This record gives sequence, structure tokens and C-alpha cells, in this order.
Amino acid sequence: MKSGVARSLLIVFGVVIIAALLLAFFPLRIDSREEVFEIPKGTWAQRMSGNFVSILPDQIYLALGVRDLLVLRNLDDVPQMFGPTLIMPGQSFKLPFELASEYDFACTAHASGQMRVVVDPEPTPGWHRLQWRIKNLFR
Amino acid sequence: MTRLILMFAFCISLISNVAAENVATSSKELKSGVFDPPRMAPDFSLASSRDTQFTLSEQRGNIVVLGFGFSHCPNVCPMTLANLAQTYKNLGVLADQVQVVYMTVDPERDTPARLREYLANFNPHFIGVTGAAEDLAALRQSYGIIAKKEVHKNGGTYEVHHSSYIYLIDRDGLLRALVPFGKSADDITHDINILLQEKTQQAAL
Repeated sequence: MKSGVARSLLIVFGVVIIAALLLAFFPLRIDSREEVFEIPKGTWAQRMSGNFVSILPDQIYLALGVRDLLVLRNLDDVPQMFGPTLIMPGQSFKLPFELASEYDFACTAHASGQMRVVVDPEPTPGWHRLQWRIKNLFR
Repeated sequence: MTRLILMFAFCISLISNVAAENVATSSKELKSGVFDPPRMAPDFSLASSRDTQFTLSEQRGNIVVLGFGFSHCPNVCPMTLANLAQTYKNLGVLADQVQVVYMTVDPERDTPARLREYLANFNPHFIGVTGAAEDLAALRQSYGIIAKKEVHKNGGTYEVHHSSYIYLIDRDGLLRALVPFGKSADDITHDINILLQEKTQQAAL
């Protein structure tokens, strides 16, 4: 009986270790380092009619070396203060990040007028990647 | 079991290291924020620290580094200008093709003479521009620059909170890039060098 429990515990332990190793070392699939956000056409008109719908997340998560290019596209008919700058209709703005930190930007596309970009350190194989993957599960 | 796990981890780390090599960035890419497609930089003609009128569109053929600030700025502007002074040094002889222009957000105190004196602390080649408060406000809006005056409670002095980034304008007068505050002089040099290598649209025709 005791040996059966011990064996089960060993199997569970083994599965946890393998899962942790997979999370820590399995390669990241990087199709593009761009994280693209768009202001849809008609956003300004909606705002003017009193509908302050939030079209972008208040916090955007990026990671160095994986997804560290923030791309902001203005598909609306009017210029938008989007992130740190003025983006004209039809224009996009690509901002690369090279430092892990939290960045606060004014943004007229947000109902709150504020946008936060959280840039994580590069999830290098091992402990950093494990931490990063677990953090992302809860975001 | 332990041996098996270690072998497994070793294989996975080998795969991941190989995969990591495929995500290196190109050195030809700008390190600053990039506009696509770029628009023409809003033109202006303002009184300059050289006691002449400075017109942006007359700078075609040069790279213009456009910043916004004021000479009484306690921290952001001195850091930005020191960075740009270092950038000028890094560029060497190519600096002749680059013009730093600092547009004041405080026209009350920043006269052409005051701007000349202030900017000379960093590099005498830098040009400061000023004008009527309404004209400067309209220009800031066209560039997406925010500036807000805040009067100190204990007296008549004030400071101006303002956007802390700078713009890079290419030889054709296109607003190409936005350099966030804190970028190193090496990164700015890198980006200016890329823009300097580009031919103007007129030359390409």
C-alpha cells in the first residue's frame, strides 16, 4: 500500500518536473516580434456620440527578444494621440523597446486617457522563461 | 529517472539556443519609433538663436533633429541636449549634415539671446527657435507635443511640463522617427547614420 502511494507521488513529481522543464526550455515560437494594436475606423465618431468604449487594453505586455515592437495603427479618420505621439489617419507607429520596465503613455484611444506598456526581460531558457510563462498564464 | 530528465533538459536547451539565433535584429533598422508611412514634418519659420529667421523647409538635404523644451528645464532638457551633444561628437564630420533644432515651450523667458547662451553650453551649432505663444502652441499640436505650464505655489516662478522625446526629420523633410527620452547617444547616432545613408527622393529620380 505504502509503496503504491510512494510510486504515485513519484509519478506526480516526475510529471511536474517534466512540465517545469518544458516550460523553462521549450523554444518560443516567434513569428513576429510585433504586437499590433489598431484604432478602428469610427472610434472618434463613437466617442463624440458619448460612447466611451475601450478599444485597447489598459496594460500591454511585451517581452524583450520575443515581442518587443509595439505597433500602433490608426485606421480612424482623425489623428490620434496614440501612445507617445500623434498618429495620422492611415499611419502606423512602430516603437521598439530595449529596456525591461513599465512605461506609461497618454493615449486618446483609451477611455482612461492612459496606457501602460509592461516590458518583461528576455525570457532566456531556464528560470527566466519558466517565470515568464507562468506569469503569462495569469495575465 | 534523473538521468532521463537531465538528458531531456539538455536536448531542449540545445533546440532553444538554436531557435534563439534566428531572432536577431537587423542593424539597418531604426532603434527609435518609426512612422509608416512618414508624413511631411509641419513646416515653420521662427526667430532663431542666430538672430535670423529659421525655416524648417530650408533644411532639405540635412537631417533635422527636432526637440521641444525650455532653458529653465531642471532635468529633462539638459539630459537630452547632453545626449545630442555626444551624438554630434559620435557623428564626426557627418555632423555637418545634421542640424539640431530646439523649439522652446517657454517663449516668455526664452528669447533668441537666452537660447543662444543656453544651447552654447552643449554645442554652439545647435539652433534654438522661438515665437509667439499661440504660434508655438499650434506647432506643438501639429507635432503631437504636450506642454503645460505650472506656476509654483510659493512665488511667481513656474516650469513647463512637456513631452520629452525628439523627432528625426530626414533629408526630404519627412517626419521619420521619434526618439524616446533616455535613448543613448549611440542609439541616436545609429539612427541618424541610417538616415544619412539614404538618398533624397530628388536625388533618386
